[in-house]
Amino acid sequence: MAKEFEDKKKGDKGDSGNPKEDAIEVMATVIEPLPNAMFRVELENKHQVLAHVSGKMRKNFIRILAGDKVAVELSPYDLTRGRIVYRYK
Amino acid sequence: MAIHLRSAEELQKMHRAGLVVYEVLTALRSAVKPGMTTMDLEKLAEEKIAGKPGHAAFKGYRGYPCVLCTSVNSEIVHGIPSPKRKLREGDIVSLDFGMEVDGYYADSAVTVPLGRIRPEVQKLLEVTREALDRAIDKMRAGNRLGDVGHAVQSWVEKHGFSVVREFVGHGIGTKMHDEPNLPNYGEEGRGARLQEGMVIAIEPMVNAGRPEVRMRDEWVAETADGSPSAHFEHTVAVTANGPWILTRPKQVTGPSW
Repeated sequence: MAKEFEDKKKGDKGDSGNPKEDAIEVMATVIEPLPNAMFRVELENKHQVLAHVSGKMRKNFIRILAGDKVAVELSPYDLTRGRIVYRYK
Repeated sequence: MAIHLRSAEELQKMHRAGLVVYEVLTALRSAVKPGMTTMDLEKLAEEKIAGKPGHAAFKGYRGYPCVLCTSVNSEIVHGIPSPKRKLREGDIVSLDFGMEVDGYYADSAVTVPLGRIRPEVQKLLEVTREALDRAIDKMRAGNRLGDVGHAVQSWVEKHGFSVVREFVGHGIGTKMHDEPNLPNYGEEGRGARLQEGMVIAIEPMVNAGRPEVRMRDEWVAETADGSPSAHFEHTVAVTANGPWILTRPKQVTGPSW
């Protein structure tokens, strides 16, 4: 069954759509905190990537420490950088 | 939202659903005869899935009333089976069907000619089927979504037909419609990069005339200019060994439909 193309109705944003929507979400562990609210995190597949904290998490003062389990969104364009979108308790 | 990557185990589960879809569609394809109504096809599909594991994916999806979509001639997608709609010699009918087994979905469609059809309609079917094959071949890790859409669009427009913009292929897995959207048009090298484990239902919808769509009601989409429209679909996974068509048995090779 074909999916209705909802993006059309909200105004055509072009082929790639909203940049935050193409991301790949993966689990990761924080290795070390770096300056400017960046963190080095290790993904489940053992890759290490540089990740910043999402704006929503900063706004709500979610603190992140080394060793925390987090969800990271990776841009399909640059797999060496990511965005931390959730910290697990 | 994120694009899910499926494990080998999950792909196996989707393949199980896909095999039921394949069985139903091939049975319907050989059963379609002039004089049948689209409701006869719906009944046949229901008989086929009785006793099978899982359930039909479309029935109840956003209130859709049937297990099958039957879109005749100028109907593009989501035609609702009806006892009043009789199929005649020279018609084409798109049969679109999906299953959910153990929480995993598979979705596929084929457009079938009834008896002898006009040569330009025959060409429409061949071009659309070939567009699906070309798109499936692009489902390799490292390619981008735009490469897949471009494969469809360039092939279709080269033959003077047009692709529908208002409906798209879609990611599929534990939901029938998941991320990402896969339009049947695009630019090479654009869009998300394909990775091993991504699963997408690729479904070129091709109009013989202009691309515009008119909604007859909440569900049925037809071509605005009344020209015939064809629709072929498979659920395809990106794997280390290249594309894997989940909605047909592994021993079947050659053209997608």
